[in-house]
Amino acid sequence: MSSSVSITLNQCSRTFAGGNTALQPLDLQVHAGETLVLLGPSGCGKTTTLRIISGLESPDKGGQVQFGERDVTALPIEKRDVGMVFQNYALFPNMSVADNIAYGLKIQRLPRAEIAHRLDEVMRMVDLQGLGERRIDALSGGQKQRVALARAIAVRPKVLLFDEPLAALDAKLRDRLRIEIGQLLRELGTTAVYVTHDQDEAMALGDRIAVMQAGRIAQLGSPQEIYHQPANAFVADFIGAVNCLDVISTRANANGGLVVHGGELRASHLRGVSTVYCRPEDIQVVSVDQADVTGKVVQSIFLGQTQRLMVDTGGASPLQVEAPSRQRWPNGTAIGLALPSSVLFHPDKPTPPVNAKEMANG
Amino acid sequence: MKSRLRFTLQLSFTLLVCLFMIVPVAMSVMAGLTENYFVGLESGLTLRWVNEVWQLYADTIWLSIKLALACLLITILIGVPAAYGLLRSRRRWANAIEELLLLPVAVPGLATALALLLAYGSYREFRGSWLFILVGHVLFTLPFMVRAVLSVMQTAKLPQLEEAAASLGASFRQRFFGVVIPNCMSGILAGALMVVTLSIGEFNITWMLHTPLTKTLPVGLADSYASMRLEIGSAYTLIFLVMVVPLLVAIQWAGRLTEQRR
Amino acid sequence: MTAASRQPSGAASYVNTHQIMVGPVRRKSLIALFALLPALVVFCAFWLLPFSRLIMMGAEADPSSGISAYLTILTHRQYLISLATTVGLSLVVSLVAVAIAGVAGFFLARQRFFGKSILVAILTFPLAFPGVVVGFLVIMLGGRQGALAQTSLWLFGERWMFAYSLAGLFIGYLYFSIPRVITTVMAACDNLDQSLEEAARSLGANTWQVIKDVIVPGIAPALLSTGAICFATSMGAFGTAFTLGTRLSILPLNIYGEFTNYANFAMAAALSVVLGVITWMALSLARRLAGGNLGASV
Repeated sequence: MSSSVSITLNQCSRTFAGGNTALQPLDLQVHAGETLVLLGPSGCGKTTTLRIISGLESPDKGGQVQFGERDVTALPIEKRDVGMVFQNYALFPNMSVADNIAYGLKIQRLPRAEIAHRLDEVMRMVDLQGLGERRIDALSGGQKQRVALARAIAVRPKVLLFDEPLAALDAKLRDRLRIEIGQLLRELGTTAVYVTHDQDEAMALGDRIAVMQAGRIAQLGSPQEIYHQPANAFVADFIGAVNCLDVISTRANANGGLVVHGGELRASHLRGVSTVYCRPEDIQVVSVDQADVTGKVVQSIFLGQTQRLMVDTGGASPLQVEAPSRQRWPNGTAIGLALPSSVLFHPDKPTPPVNAKEMANG
Repeated sequence: MKSRLRFTLQLSFTLLVCLFMIVPVAMSVMAGLTENYFVGLESGLTLRWVNEVWQLYADTIWLSIKLALACLLITILIGVPAAYGLLRSRRRWANAIEELLLLPVAVPGLATALALLLAYGSYREFRGSWLFILVGHVLFTLPFMVRAVLSVMQTAKLPQLEEAAASLGASFRQRFFGVVIPNCMSGILAGALMVVTLSIGEFNITWMLHTPLTKTLPVGLADSYASMRLEIGSAYTLIFLVMVVPLLVAIQWAGRLTEQRR
Repeated sequence: MTAASRQPSGAASYVNTHQIMVGPVRRKSLIALFALLPALVVFCAFWLLPFSRLIMMGAEADPSSGISAYLTILTHRQYLISLATTVGLSLVVSLVAVAIAGVAGFFLARQRFFGKSILVAILTFPLAFPGVVVGFLVIMLGGRQGALAQTSLWLFGERWMFAYSLAGLFIGYLYFSIPRVITTVMAACDNLDQSLEEAARSLGANTWQVIKDVIVPGIAPALLSTGAICFATSMGAFGTAFTLGTRLSILPLNIYGEFTNYANFAMAAALSVVLGVITWMALSLARRLAGGNLGASV
């Protein structure tokens, strides 16, 4: 395998004809061998970033793309030595499975024996043995995406790029291919950039995740950092479910208790904020007399392994609480909730000051 | 650099093709407006030839318009239900019937006209009237109306819409006029423009079917090319262009309209 | 299914699954039949019936040879040459038109530049010109007073012209074929999945390799289909030939001549049928190609 390279974007912005800015000036480094996931809603600039890295799109003047030490800004995609997997597979309908996978190798004019050898190798890697002569339109969606994957890795690219490769597949298949892609990426050790709007995919595959919003990186960090220490309300809301509790007032006593609808929270590190965030699975159901906050169950949604309770505490929207699946709380049940200070957070108040984040200056 | 050169080469080639398309039209327009084409532009610009054409051929223009409108009416009345019928028929039947209806377009107009002449030419009254030509035009334009309406019906997911309307209790008549027709209006419009344009320009069938009393615009054009001076032929062509180019622009506009809907 | 419950109660006791399916389905196909009826009546009365008669009339004896007109076509040099000329001319026109308009259409579909819409308009508006007008435009180019004659008179002191020969027909047929091909090619390029090209390039393919491996295979059905349409149109183009001169030996003019000059109805009918079969086959091929592969990439 070719040794992996790092990718550096310096001040890359992208403005489209008509003045639409798809990407604000962006600095980003992808370490050699790492998988970076660009995550965000549609229109956030993640695909544009990927296309700038691939060479399908050029950054506005002043932007620079480096692979390792080499400046590739002026190189078109065909000279960049990348492998790309597209959302709609982009398989050549006029070629068989084997011809599709071998296409890049033929372009490189590799000797026939070498092509056959590599073809065999990658088809085994993506579990497509025996399908080489198939026509593309005779494949299932999952098989098509495996072919696309095989075609991209067959050329042993320096950088692998994924543009929402699983978006067109159904949920079961998506889960399976996600695991396979993860294994493959670890096996290959190639630097990879992976675009998706699916947070589960991002969490499972990314060594680091860049959450993007409106043409900027909202937060860049490991999946754990992104989930537990979201940099702002947008990230907190986009990744997983989150409860927002409005602080009505702050007690003047030493505890610094924050009065919220239905109770009071002890969180000295959050003094002065107007909203407190916490995740549904961090809230525990306890007896009413031990509770920080009390309320009434207004709805319970059975999810299989857990259930989600909607608890009305008198606030604008009910609190979401994840509870064990076998217990039953009929609607109207009074319920006590424990919200320990360790699970409460606010983007402006880093909980325990963990390792310094590599924030993009957006 | 290389791509710059390639762009320039392709652009010049395309421009050459454009020249080939536009030069004769421009020359014809000029010829129709100059006093004397053999002398050239120095002889001065004039509307004299256009006027003369109007004196000689105005009735062909009116007949063409009358034919086009009548043809439009008939193709809408029988074409829109036909498209709906095709939509609701089994696939195999629909394909076969559409193939049949397309035959008058697939076979040269000359052959269709000959067939009509040999079959119905002996009915003097019918043969001599403009209705004889109308029959030819309807045969030739009907597939275009059916195709335009059918394709909109298919993309509009009409069967689902109709099932939805039926589930709400709408009768067939209510569904047809309340759901089907309004949702294929853009197809009817596109088809109508197509039918009118084709009918006004139709020559191959019309030439065989016309009589000295039922000359249409293209028949008159052929007549003037053969027997009149170049300026008159050109002026006549100019009138034809003025009638047809707006229709063509409208067709493109309608096409863009349906595309946006999708 | 719901219709079963609406059936009269007397029938209900005999209802089996088969009948339950038949009720609504039969009503639907009845509605479809009624909707199709007017169009089918017009078609049968004014096309199918007359054309069937035409086919039979072609089997009647040709006055000059005394044998069936169809056989006469196959055995007489004059008709065979005219058939070959028409087919050959139409084939060459289609090929040249596809080549020229393929390049221009691809260029226009892929590039964005100032004034492009004007070029597209120029290249597509002749779509609505009838054959007679195209013939006249060829005269404007290559006739006695045409552009070429005037230029050559001024440069070399003699009039060059091509309008009244096969070359004139060729130019005329090319003139009405180019717009058809360009619109088709542009649409096919627009429908072509852009990511296919991107995928090829990501694997290292240069421009020519992308054109050879992705674009041409991608639009090949459209090219073939529009080529077949051009062929059929050229085969049956009567107006252009009629304007340029009736002495040329091509099928449409033969038909017209047999009918009006010699009143040889059998031969006119036979030639029409032969011509009709050829154009119909070309157009069915075109439709099959356009329907089969386009847009099936996803």
